[in-house]
Amino acid sequence: MLRALVLWLMLSVPAVSEEIVLGLSHDQVGITATFDGTNVLIFGAVKRTAPIPSGAPLDVIITLAGPPVDVDIRRKSRRAGIWVNTDSVRATGVPSFYAVASTAPLPLILSDSTDSQYRISVRRALLSPGTTGKGADIPVFLEALVRIQARDDLFQDGQSPLALEEETLFQTSVDLPSNLVEGQYTTRIFLLRDGVIVDTFQTSIDVAKVGLERWLYTLAHAQPLVYGIMSLLIAIVAGWLASAVFRAFQR
Amino acid sequence: MQIYLPIAEVSVNAFLLLGIGGMVGILSGMFGVGGGFLMTPMLFFIGIPPAVAVATGANQIVASSFSGLLAHLRRKTVDLRMGTVLLVGGMVGAAIGVRIFTALKAVGQVDLLVTLFYVVFLGIIGTLMFFEALSAIRRARMTNPPRTKRKRINWIHAMPFKMKFRASGLYISVIPPVVIGMCVGVLSAIMGVGGGFIMVPAMIYLLSMPTKVVIGTSLFQIIFVAGFTTLLHATSSYTVDVVLAVLLLVGGVIGAQVGTRIGSRMKAEQLRILLALLVLLVCGKLALDLLLRPNELFSLQILGGL
Repeated sequence: MLRALVLWLMLSVPAVSEEIVLGLSHDQVGITATFDGTNVLIFGAVKRTAPIPSGAPLDVIITLAGPPVDVDIRRKSRRAGIWVNTDSVRATGVPSFYAVASTAPLPLILSDSTDSQYRISVRRALLSPGTTGKGADIPVFLEALVRIQARDDLFQDGQSPLALEEETLFQTSVDLPSNLVEGQYTTRIFLLRDGVIVDTFQTSIDVAKVGLERWLYTLAHAQPLVYGIMSLLIAIVAGWLASAVFRAFQR
Repeated sequence: MQIYLPIAEVSVNAFLLLGIGGMVGILSGMFGVGGGFLMTPMLFFIGIPPAVAVATGANQIVASSFSGLLAHLRRKTVDLRMGTVLLVGGMVGAAIGVRIFTALKAVGQVDLLVTLFYVVFLGIIGTLMFFEALSAIRRARMTNPPRTKRKRINWIHAMPFKMKFRASGLYISVIPPVVIGMCVGVLSAIMGVGGGFIMVPAMIYLLSMPTKVVIGTSLFQIIFVAGFTTLLHATSSYTVDVVLAVLLLVGGVIGAQVGTRIGSRMKAEQLRILLALLVLLVCGKLALDLLLRPNELFSLQILGGL
Protein backbone atom coordinates (compact mmCIF):
# COMPACT_ATOMS: atom_id res chain seq x y z
CA MET A 1 0.00 0.00 0.00
CA LEU A 2 2.66 2.47 1.12
CA ARG A 3 4.93 1.33 -1.65
CA ALA A 4 2.14 1.91 -4.17
CA LEU A 5 1.54 5.45 -2.84
CA VAL A 6 5.22 6.33 -3.11
CA LEU A 7 5.32 5.00 -6.64
CA TRP A 8 2.20 7.01 -7.55
CA LEU A 9 3.69 10.18 -6.07
CA MET A 10 6.93 9.69 -7.96
CA LEU A 11 5.08 9.26 -11.21
CA SER A 12 2.59 12.10 -10.83
CA VAL A 13 4.94 14.85 -9.66
CA PRO A 14 6.70 16.20 -12.75
CA ALA A 15 10.32 15.29 -12.59
CA VAL A 16 11.91 18.62 -11.68
CA SER A 17 15.45 17.52 -11.49
CA GLU A 18 16.99 21.01 -11.56
CA GLU A 19 15.59 23.96 -9.71
CA ILE A 20 16.71 27.60 -9.23
CA VAL A 21 17.56 29.04 -5.82
CA LEU A 22 18.10 32.78 -6.15
CA GLY A 23 19.66 35.63 -4.22
CA LEU A 24 19.85 39.36 -4.93
CA SER A 25 22.34 41.81 -3.49
CA HIS A 26 19.37 44.10 -2.80
CA ASP A 27 15.72 43.94 -3.67
CA GLN A 28 15.22 47.69 -3.30
CA VAL A 29 17.00 50.55 -5.03
CA GLY A 30 16.52 53.94 -3.46
CA ILE A 31 17.09 57.03 -5.62
CA THR A 32 18.64 59.45 -3.16
CA ALA A 33 20.05 62.95 -3.66
CA THR A 34 23.48 61.51 -4.45
CA PHE A 35 22.22 58.61 -6.59
CA ASP A 36 24.52 57.96 -9.51
CA GLY A 37 23.39 54.58 -10.71
CA THR A 38 23.90 51.34 -8.87
CA ASN A 39 24.85 47.75 -9.35
CA VAL A 40 22.67 44.74 -8.65
CA LEU A 41 24.30 41.40 -8.03
CA ILE A 42 22.09 38.51 -9.09
CA PHE A 43 23.36 35.13 -7.89
CA GLY A 44 22.00 31.68 -7.25
CA ALA A 45 22.44 27.99 -7.37
CA VAL A 46 20.88 25.04 -9.12
CA LYS A 47 19.27 22.65 -6.63
CA ARG A 48 19.24 18.99 -7.69
CA THR A 49 17.73 15.82 -6.36
CA ALA A 50 19.73 13.77 -8.81
CA PRO A 51 23.33 13.88 -10.13
CA ILE A 52 24.14 16.37 -12.90
CA PRO A 53 22.62 14.96 -16.07
CA SER A 54 25.15 13.99 -18.67
CA GLY A 55 24.95 15.26 -22.21
CA ALA A 56 24.33 18.89 -23.18
CA PRO A 57 25.80 21.43 -20.70
CA LEU A 58 23.57 23.63 -18.58
CA ASP A 59 22.99 27.22 -19.73
CA VAL A 60 21.66 30.12 -17.73
CA ILE A 61 20.02 33.33 -18.98
CA ILE A 62 19.22 36.22 -16.67
CA THR A 63 17.09 39.20 -17.72
CA LEU A 64 16.25 42.37 -15.84
CA ALA A 65 13.40 44.53 -17.15
CA GLY A 66 12.23 47.95 -15.98
CA PRO A 67 8.58 48.99 -15.82
CA PRO A 68 6.92 49.37 -19.23
CA VAL A 69 6.55 52.91 -20.58
CA ASP A 70 5.23 54.65 -23.66
CA VAL A 71 7.87 56.32 -25.78
CA ASP A 72 7.58 58.88 -28.55
CA ILE A 73 10.32 58.29 -31.11
CA ARG A 74 10.88 61.38 -33.21
CA ARG A 75 12.84 61.82 -36.39
CA LYS A 76 14.43 65.03 -37.58
CA SER A 77 14.61 66.04 -41.18
CA ARG A 78 15.61 69.17 -42.99
CA ARG A 79 12.88 71.75 -43.46
CA ALA A 80 13.63 75.21 -44.83
CA GLY A 81 17.31 74.73 -44.11
CA ILE A 82 17.04 73.71 -40.46
CA TRP A 83 16.74 70.33 -38.77
CA VAL A 84 13.31 69.87 -37.24
CA ASN A 85 11.39 66.98 -35.69
CA THR A 86 9.07 66.00 -38.51
CA ASP A 87 7.61 62.55 -37.95
CA SER A 88 7.16 60.39 -34.90
CA VAL A 89 6.13 56.91 -33.85
CA ARG A 90 4.70 56.06 -30.46
CA ALA A 91 5.76 52.73 -29.01
CA THR A 92 3.68 51.47 -26.11
CA GLY A 93 4.71 49.07 -23.38
CA VAL A 94 8.45 49.32 -24.00
CA PRO A 95 10.57 48.20 -21.04
CA SER A 96 12.21 51.36 -19.72
CA PHE A 97 15.28 49.27 -18.95
CA TYR A 98 16.34 45.88 -20.25
CA ALA A 99 19.45 43.84 -19.59
CA VAL A 100 20.15 40.29 -20.60
CA ALA A 101 23.13 38.18 -19.54
CA SER A 102 23.80 34.59 -20.53
CA THR A 103 26.46 31.88 -20.21
CA ALA A 104 26.85 31.72 -23.99
CA PRO A 105 25.76 33.98 -26.85
CA LEU A 106 21.97 33.87 -27.04
CA PRO A 107 21.66 32.58 -30.63
CA LEU A 108 23.68 29.48 -29.66
CA ILE A 109 21.55 28.44 -26.69
CA LEU A 110 18.12 29.87 -27.37
CA SER A 111 15.80 28.69 -30.11
CA ASP A 112 13.75 31.23 -31.98
CA SER A 113 10.47 29.73 -30.79
CA THR A 114 11.48 29.79 -27.13
CA ASP A 115 12.66 33.37 -27.56
CA SER A 116 9.39 34.48 -29.09
CA GLN A 117 7.44 32.68 -26.36
CA TYR A 118 9.37 34.18 -23.43
CA ARG A 119 10.61 37.39 -25.10
CA ILE A 120 14.14 37.00 -23.83
CA SER A 121 16.46 38.72 -26.30
CA VAL A 122 16.55 42.53 -26.43
CA ARG A 123 15.04 42.46 -29.88
CA ARG A 124 12.11 40.28 -28.82
CA ALA A 125 11.51 42.16 -25.59
CA LEU A 126 11.28 45.42 -27.52
CA LEU A 127 9.49 44.33 -30.63
CA SER A 128 6.51 43.20 -28.65
CA PRO A 129 5.15 46.70 -27.98
CA GLY A 130 2.28 48.12 -29.91
CA THR A 131 3.17 51.00 -32.16
CA THR A 132 1.14 53.81 -33.60
CA GLY A 133 2.45 56.09 -36.27
CA LYS A 134 2.22 56.86 -39.90
CA GLY A 135 4.56 55.55 -42.54
CA ALA A 136 5.88 52.15 -43.36
CA ASP A 137 9.26 52.65 -41.77
CA ILE A 138 8.26 51.79 -38.19
CA PRO A 139 11.13 49.26 -37.99
CA VAL A 140 13.58 52.13 -38.59
CA PHE A 141 12.13 53.94 -35.59
CA LEU A 142 12.35 50.82 -33.41
CA GLU A 143 15.98 50.37 -34.49
CA ALA A 144 16.60 53.94 -33.35
CA LEU A 145 14.89 53.20 -30.03
CA VAL A 146 17.19 50.23 -29.40
CA ARG A 147 20.24 52.23 -30.50
CA ILE A 148 19.55 55.27 -28.31
CA GLN A 149 18.59 53.25 -25.26
CA ALA A 150 21.69 51.07 -25.68
CA ARG A 151 23.84 54.20 -25.93
CA ASP A 152 22.37 55.41 -22.62
CA ASP A 153 23.01 51.98 -21.02
CA LEU A 154 19.29 51.40 -20.72
CA PHE A 155 19.43 48.34 -22.96
CA GLN A 156 22.29 45.99 -22.23
CA ASP A 157 22.62 43.05 -24.54
CA GLY A 158 25.03 40.62 -22.91
CA GLN A 159 27.46 43.27 -21.66
CA SER A 160 27.76 41.80 -18.18
CA PRO A 161 29.23 38.29 -18.12
CA LEU A 162 27.32 35.50 -16.46
CA ALA A 163 29.57 33.08 -14.61
CA LEU A 164 28.47 29.50 -14.10
CA GLU A 165 30.57 27.20 -11.93
CA GLU A 166 30.33 23.44 -11.75
CA GLU A 167 26.96 23.73 -13.50
CA THR A 168 25.62 24.77 -10.10
CA LEU A 169 26.58 28.27 -8.97
CA PHE A 170 25.86 31.25 -11.18
CA GLN A 171 26.19 34.99 -10.78
CA THR A 172 26.09 38.20 -12.75
CA SER A 173 25.94 41.87 -11.92
CA VAL A 174 23.84 44.42 -13.77
CA ASP A 175 24.74 48.11 -13.81
CA LEU A 176 21.70 50.31 -13.39
CA PRO A 177 22.31 53.84 -14.75
CA SER A 178 21.13 56.96 -12.92
CA ASN A 179 18.32 57.84 -15.32
CA LEU A 180 15.99 55.06 -14.17
CA VAL A 181 12.22 55.07 -14.37
CA GLU A 182 10.72 54.29 -10.98
CA GLY A 183 8.79 51.08 -10.47
CA GLN A 184 9.07 47.33 -10.28
CA TYR A 185 12.08 45.82 -12.06
CA THR A 186 11.46 42.20 -12.94
CA THR A 187 14.33 39.77 -13.04
CA ARG A 188 13.88 36.40 -14.74
CA ILE A 189 16.24 33.44 -14.67
CA PHE A 190 16.05 30.65 -17.23
CA LEU A 191 17.83 27.30 -16.98
CA LEU A 192 18.28 25.64 -20.34
CA ARG A 193 19.59 22.32 -21.55
CA ASP A 194 19.88 21.73 -25.25
CA GLY A 195 17.74 24.76 -26.02
CA VAL A 196 14.91 23.53 -23.82
CA ILE A 197 13.89 25.48 -20.73
CA VAL A 198 14.31 23.29 -17.63
CA ASP A 199 13.27 25.80 -14.99
CA THR A 200 12.42 29.49 -14.67
CA PHE A 201 12.33 31.81 -11.72
CA GLN A 202 11.03 35.36 -11.39
CA THR A 203 11.39 38.04 -8.74
CA SER A 204 11.34 41.79 -8.61
CA ILE A 205 13.40 44.75 -7.45
CA ASP A 206 11.70 47.92 -6.34
CA VAL A 207 13.22 51.16 -7.66
CA ALA A 208 11.90 54.34 -6.06
CA LYS A 209 12.98 57.83 -5.11
CA VAL A 210 13.44 58.06 -1.35
CA GLY A 211 13.80 60.77 1.24
CA LEU A 212 14.02 64.37 0.02
CA GLU A 213 13.88 63.36 -3.64
CA ARG A 214 10.63 61.45 -3.07
CA TRP A 215 9.16 64.32 -1.08
CA LEU A 216 9.99 67.01 -3.66
CA TYR A 217 8.78 64.91 -6.58
CA THR A 218 5.49 64.06 -4.89
CA LEU A 219 4.91 67.64 -3.81
CA ALA A 220 5.66 68.97 -7.31
CA HIS A 221 3.02 66.70 -8.81
CA ALA A 222 0.39 66.59 -6.06
CA GLN A 223 0.55 70.24 -4.91
CA PRO A 224 2.17 72.11 -7.81
CA LEU A 225 1.15 75.56 -6.60
CA VAL A 226 2.52 74.97 -3.10
CA TYR A 227 5.69 73.52 -4.63
CA GLY A 228 6.05 76.52 -6.97
CA ILE A 229 5.69 79.05 -4.14
CA MET A 230 8.08 77.02 -1.99
CA SER A 231 10.63 76.90 -4.83
CA LEU A 232 10.50 80.67 -5.18
CA LEU A 233 10.88 81.26 -1.43
CA ILE A 234 13.72 78.76 -1.09
CA ALA A 235 15.53 80.29 -4.06
CA ILE A 236 15.10 83.86 -2.75
CA VAL A 237 16.33 82.89 0.74
CA ALA A 238 19.25 80.88 -0.69
CA GLY A 239 20.28 83.76 -2.94
CA TRP A 240 20.04 86.26 -0.10
CA LEU A 241 21.98 83.98 2.26
CA ALA A 242 24.72 83.33 -0.28
CA SER A 243 25.29 87.03 -0.84
CA ALA A 244 25.18 87.74 2.92
CA VAL A 245 27.73 84.99 3.63
CA PHE A 246 29.95 86.19 0.80
CA ARG A 247 29.87 89.77 2.06
CA ALA A 248 30.65 88.68 5.62
CA PHE A 249 33.51 86.58 4.27
CA GLN A 250 34.96 89.59 2.45
CA ARG A 251 35.23 91.71 5.57
CA MET B 1 30.07 64.94 -6.45
CA GLN B 2 27.10 63.71 -8.43
CA ILE B 3 23.70 64.97 -7.43
CA TYR B 4 20.36 63.59 -8.57
CA LEU B 5 17.88 66.28 -9.61
CA PRO B 6 14.40 65.14 -8.53
CA ILE B 7 12.42 66.87 -11.29
CA ALA B 8 14.87 66.79 -14.18
CA GLU B 9 15.48 63.13 -13.23
CA VAL B 10 19.11 63.22 -14.25
CA SER B 11 22.26 62.95 -12.23
CA VAL B 12 24.75 65.81 -12.74
CA ASN B 13 27.90 66.97 -11.08
CA ALA B 14 27.04 69.49 -8.36
CA PHE B 15 30.30 71.40 -8.88
CA LEU B 16 29.57 71.70 -12.58
CA LEU B 17 26.25 73.37 -11.72
CA LEU B 18 27.91 75.64 -9.15
CA GLY B 19 30.54 76.45 -11.78
CA ILE B 20 27.98 77.32 -14.46
CA GLY B 21 26.10 79.43 -11.93
CA GLY B 22 29.35 81.11 -10.94
CA MET B 23 30.44 81.77 -14.50
CA VAL B 24 27.11 83.23 -15.53
CA GLY B 25 27.15 85.18 -12.26
CA ILE B 26 30.57 86.67 -13.06
CA LEU B 27 29.36 87.70 -16.51
CA SER B 28 26.15 89.17 -15.15
CA GLY B 29 28.12 91.09 -12.53
CA MET B 30 30.62 92.33 -15.14
CA PHE B 31 28.05 93.41 -17.68
CA GLY B 32 25.14 94.24 -15.41
CA VAL B 33 22.77 91.82 -17.14
CA GLY B 34 20.57 89.12 -15.63
CA GLY B 35 22.35 86.34 -17.44
CA GLY B 36 19.29 84.20 -17.98
CA PHE B 37 19.95 84.22 -21.70
CA LEU B 38 23.32 82.56 -21.07
CA MET B 39 22.23 80.27 -18.21
CA THR B 40 19.45 78.49 -20.08
CA PRO B 41 21.53 77.52 -23.17
CA MET B 42 24.34 76.33 -20.83
CA LEU B 43 21.85 74.00 -19.16
CA PHE B 44 20.85 72.65 -22.60
CA PHE B 45 24.51 71.96 -23.36
CA ILE B 46 25.01 69.83 -20.22
CA GLY B 47 21.92 67.74 -20.89
CA ILE B 48 19.20 69.23 -18.69
CA PRO B 49 15.86 68.75 -20.52
CA PRO B 50 14.96 72.12 -22.16
CA ALA B 51 11.55 72.26 -20.48
CA VAL B 52 13.19 71.96 -17.05
CA ALA B 53 15.96 74.40 -17.96
CA VAL B 54 13.50 77.10 -19.01
CA ALA B 55 11.16 76.72 -16.01
CA THR B 56 14.02 76.51 -13.52
CA GLY B 57 15.68 79.50 -15.18
CA ALA B 58 12.61 81.59 -14.38
CA ASN B 59 12.77 80.48 -10.75
CA GLN B 60 16.47 81.31 -10.55
CA ILE B 61 15.95 84.80 -12.03
CA VAL B 62 13.46 85.75 -9.31
CA ALA B 63 15.98 84.95 -6.64
CA SER B 64 19.00 86.53 -8.32
CA SER B 65 17.12 89.78 -9.08
CA PHE B 66 15.73 90.06 -5.55
CA SER B 67 18.69 91.69 -3.83
CA GLY B 68 19.15 94.03 -6.79
CA LEU B 69 15.57 95.24 -6.50
CA LEU B 70 15.96 95.84 -2.74
CA ALA B 71 18.96 98.07 -3.43
CA HIS B 72 17.02 100.06 -6.04
CA LEU B 73 13.99 100.42 -3.75
CA ARG B 74 16.24 101.86 -1.06
CA ARG B 75 17.66 104.35 -3.56
CA LYS B 76 14.09 105.12 -4.75
CA THR B 77 15.05 104.44 -8.36
CA VAL B 78 11.97 102.36 -9.13
CA ASP B 79 8.96 103.77 -10.95
CA LEU B 80 6.37 101.61 -9.21
CA ARG B 81 3.51 102.92 -11.31
CA MET B 82 5.25 102.23 -14.60
CA GLY B 83 6.42 98.89 -13.19
CA THR B 84 2.85 97.90 -12.39
CA VAL B 85 1.62 98.83 -15.88
CA LEU B 86 4.46 96.82 -17.45
CA LEU B 87 3.66 94.00 -15.04
CA VAL B 88 0.04 93.74 -16.12
CA GLY B 89 1.18 93.32 -19.72
CA GLY B 90 3.91 90.93 -18.57
CA MET B 91 1.52 88.59 -16.79
CA VAL B 92 -0.74 88.37 -19.83
CA GLY B 93 2.32 87.71 -22.01
CA ALA B 94 3.65 85.06 -19.63
CA ALA B 95 0.30 83.28 -19.61
CA ILE B 96 0.28 83.23 -23.43
CA GLY B 97 3.91 82.10 -23.52
CA VAL B 98 3.35 79.21 -21.10
CA ARG B 99 0.28 78.17 -23.11
CA ILE B 100 2.37 78.04 -26.31
CA PHE B 101 5.17 76.25 -24.47
CA THR B 102 2.88 73.53 -23.07
CA ALA B 103 1.14 73.00 -26.40
CA LEU B 104 4.42 72.63 -28.29
CA LYS B 105 5.84 70.36 -25.58
CA ALA B 106 2.96 67.98 -26.28
CA VAL B 107 3.80 67.77 -29.99
CA GLY B 108 7.56 67.58 -29.44
CA GLN B 109 8.50 70.95 -30.92
CA VAL B 110 9.41 72.80 -27.74
CA ASP B 111 13.18 72.38 -28.25
CA LEU B 112 12.88 73.89 -31.70
CA LEU B 113 10.78 76.80 -30.42
CA VAL B 114 13.20 77.62 -27.61
CA THR B 115 16.28 77.28 -29.82
CA LEU B 116 14.77 79.42 -32.58
CA PHE B 117 13.85 82.15 -30.11
CA TYR B 118 17.38 82.08 -28.75
CA VAL B 119 19.04 82.21 -32.15
CA VAL B 120 16.86 85.09 -33.35
CA PHE B 121 17.06 87.22 -30.21
CA LEU B 122 20.70 86.57 -29.36
CA GLY B 123 21.58 87.25 -32.99
CA ILE B 124 19.74 90.58 -33.11
CA ILE B 125 20.89 91.80 -29.69
CA GLY B 126 24.48 90.66 -30.20
CA THR B 127 24.81 92.34 -33.57
CA LEU B 128 23.20 95.60 -32.41
CA MET B 129 25.37 95.70 -29.30
CA PHE B 130 28.53 94.98 -31.24
CA PHE B 131 28.05 97.83 -33.72
CA GLU B 132 26.79 100.19 -31.05
CA ALA B 133 29.89 99.56 -28.94
CA LEU B 134 32.17 99.88 -31.97
CA SER B 135 30.77 103.28 -32.87
CA ALA B 136 30.97 104.32 -29.21
CA ILE B 137 34.70 103.51 -29.23
CA ARG B 138 35.14 105.40 -32.47
CA ARG B 139 33.28 108.37 -31.02
CA ALA B 140 35.46 108.30 -27.88
CA ARG B 141 38.55 108.53 -30.08
CA MET B 142 37.31 111.68 -31.77
CA THR B 143 38.45 114.90 -30.19
CA ASN B 144 35.08 116.57 -30.36
CA PRO B 145 32.40 113.87 -30.07
CA PRO B 146 29.12 114.89 -31.71
CA ARG B 147 26.23 114.50 -29.31
CA THR B 148 23.55 112.11 -30.44
CA LYS B 149 20.23 113.55 -29.46
CA ARG B 150 17.56 111.16 -28.27
CA LYS B 151 14.57 111.46 -30.52
CA ARG B 152 11.03 111.49 -29.20
CA ILE B 153 8.88 109.02 -31.01
CA ASN B 154 5.74 110.95 -31.77
CA TRP B 155 3.24 108.25 -32.67
CA ILE B 156 3.79 106.63 -29.27
CA HIS B 157 2.88 109.86 -27.56
CA ALA B 158 -0.25 110.33 -29.62
CA MET B 159 -2.08 107.28 -28.24
CA PRO B 160 -5.08 107.44 -25.90
CA PHE B 161 -5.38 106.32 -22.21
CA LYS B 162 -2.70 108.70 -20.99
CA MET B 163 -1.35 108.32 -17.50
CA LYS B 164 1.07 110.30 -15.33
CA PHE B 165 4.26 108.52 -14.30
CA ARG B 166 5.78 110.90 -11.77
CA ALA B 167 8.99 109.00 -11.01
CA SER B 168 9.82 108.91 -14.72
CA GLY B 169 8.48 112.42 -15.34
CA LEU B 170 6.31 111.13 -18.19
CA TYR B 171 2.73 111.67 -19.27
CA ILE B 172 2.10 108.96 -21.87
CA SER B 173 -0.43 106.42 -23.01
CA VAL B 174 -0.49 103.08 -21.13
CA ILE B 175 -0.71 101.10 -24.38
CA PRO B 176 3.03 101.05 -25.26
CA PRO B 177 4.19 99.90 -21.79
CA VAL B 178 1.47 97.20 -21.66
CA VAL B 179 2.51 95.92 -25.11
CA ILE B 180 6.23 95.99 -24.21
CA GLY B 181 5.48 94.17 -20.94
CA MET B 182 3.50 91.57 -22.84
CA CYS B 183 6.27 90.87 -25.34
CA VAL B 184 8.79 90.49 -22.52
CA GLY B 185 6.36 88.18 -20.70
CA VAL B 186 6.11 85.88 -23.71
CA LEU B 187 9.91 85.81 -24.00
CA SER B 188 10.29 85.13 -20.30
CA ALA B 189 7.98 82.12 -20.49
CA ILE B 190 9.48 80.64 -23.65
CA MET B 191 13.17 81.39 -23.13
CA GLY B 192 13.45 81.21 -19.34
CA VAL B 193 14.96 84.66 -19.21
CA GLY B 194 14.09 87.82 -17.30
CA GLY B 195 13.97 89.82 -20.51
CA GLY B 196 15.99 92.76 -19.23
CA PHE B 197 17.94 92.81 -22.48
CA ILE B 198 14.74 93.71 -24.35
CA MET B 199 13.08 95.69 -21.58
CA VAL B 200 15.89 98.14 -20.89
CA PRO B 201 16.41 99.33 -24.48
CA ALA B 202 12.63 99.46 -24.98
CA MET B 203 12.19 101.68 -21.92
CA ILE B 204 14.99 104.01 -22.94
CA TYR B 205 14.34 104.31 -26.67
CA LEU B 206 10.58 103.71 -27.00
CA LEU B 207 9.21 105.12 -23.75
CA SER B 208 11.95 107.76 -23.26
CA MET B 209 12.23 106.91 -19.57
CA PRO B 210 15.11 108.50 -17.62
CA THR B 211 18.06 106.08 -17.38
CA LYS B 212 18.27 106.20 -13.59
CA VAL B 213 14.87 104.54 -13.05
CA VAL B 214 15.18 102.05 -15.93
CA ILE B 215 17.16 99.28 -14.20
CA GLY B 216 15.15 99.34 -10.96
CA THR B 217 11.83 99.38 -12.77
CA SER B 218 12.80 96.56 -15.09
CA LEU B 219 13.99 94.48 -12.09
CA PHE B 220 10.64 95.13 -10.39
CA GLN B 221 8.76 93.93 -13.45
CA ILE B 222 11.09 90.99 -14.07
CA ILE B 223 10.77 89.61 -10.53
CA PHE B 224 7.00 89.48 -10.66
CA VAL B 225 6.76 88.21 -14.23
CA ALA B 226 9.44 85.54 -13.66
CA GLY B 227 7.76 84.54 -10.38
CA PHE B 228 4.42 84.26 -12.14
CA THR B 229 6.06 82.26 -14.97
CA THR B 230 7.63 79.90 -12.43
CA LEU B 231 4.24 79.21 -10.88
CA LEU B 232 2.65 78.68 -14.30
CA HIS B 233 5.37 76.23 -15.34
CA ALA B 234 5.17 74.47 -11.96
CA THR B 235 1.42 73.97 -12.26
CA SER B 236 1.13 73.23 -15.99
CA SER B 237 4.17 71.13 -16.82
CA TYR B 238 5.78 70.29 -13.42
CA THR B 239 9.19 71.29 -14.69
CA VAL B 240 10.59 73.54 -11.94
CA ASP B 241 13.56 71.83 -10.28
CA VAL B 242 14.24 73.54 -6.97
CA VAL B 243 17.49 71.64 -6.32
CA LEU B 244 18.85 72.78 -9.67
CA ALA B 245 17.71 76.36 -9.04
CA VAL B 246 19.40 76.57 -5.63
CA LEU B 247 22.73 75.17 -6.89
CA LEU B 248 22.81 77.60 -9.83
CA LEU B 249 21.84 80.44 -7.57
CA VAL B 250 24.52 79.92 -4.94
CA GLY B 251 27.17 79.86 -7.67
CA GLY B 252 25.51 82.79 -9.40
CA VAL B 253 25.32 85.10 -6.40
CA ILE B 254 28.98 84.60 -5.52
CA GLY B 255 29.99 84.95 -9.17
CA ALA B 256 28.06 88.21 -9.48
CA GLN B 257 30.02 89.78 -6.63
CA VAL B 258 33.30 88.77 -8.26
CA GLY B 259 32.06 89.96 -11.66
CA THR B 260 31.09 93.42 -10.37
CA ARG B 261 34.66 93.88 -9.16
CA ILE B 262 36.17 92.81 -12.49
CA GLY B 263 33.69 94.98 -14.37
CA SER B 264 34.58 98.12 -12.43
CA ARG B 265 38.18 97.85 -13.63
CA MET B 266 37.31 97.68 -17.32
CA LYS B 267 36.12 100.29 -19.80
CA ALA B 268 32.41 100.24 -20.58
CA GLU B 269 32.86 100.04 -24.36
CA GLN B 270 35.30 97.13 -24.13
CA LEU B 271 32.89 95.33 -21.82
CA ARG B 272 30.06 95.81 -24.26
CA ILE B 273 32.12 94.48 -27.16
CA LEU B 274 33.07 91.43 -25.10
CA LEU B 275 29.46 90.82 -24.11
CA ALA B 276 28.34 91.23 -27.73
CA LEU B 277 30.91 88.65 -28.87
CA LEU B 278 29.81 86.24 -26.12
CA VAL B 279 26.17 86.61 -27.09
CA LEU B 280 27.03 86.00 -30.75
CA LEU B 281 29.10 82.95 -29.79
CA VAL B 282 26.20 81.32 -27.92
CA CYS B 283 23.89 82.26 -30.79
CA GLY B 284 26.29 80.70 -33.30
CA LYS B 285 26.51 77.45 -31.37
CA LEU B 286 22.73 77.16 -31.19
CA ALA B 287 22.37 78.06 -34.86
CA LEU B 288 24.90 75.38 -35.86
CA ASP B 289 22.82 72.79 -33.98
CA LEU B 290 19.89 73.74 -36.17
CA LEU B 291 21.80 73.98 -39.44
CA LEU B 292 24.17 71.02 -39.30
CA ARG B 293 22.98 67.48 -39.79
CA PRO B 294 22.74 65.98 -36.27
CA ASN B 295 24.65 62.76 -35.55
CA GLU B 296 21.50 61.12 -34.28
CA LEU B 297 18.39 62.00 -36.24
CA PHE B 298 16.12 60.30 -33.75
CA SER B 299 15.18 61.35 -30.24
CA LEU B 300 13.09 59.71 -27.55
CA GLN B 301 10.58 61.13 -25.15
CA ILE B 302 9.48 58.82 -22.35
CA LEU B 303 5.83 59.51 -21.64
CA GLY B 304 5.74 57.97 -18.16
CA GLY B 305 4.61 54.63 -16.81
CA LEU B 306 1.48 52.83 -17.86
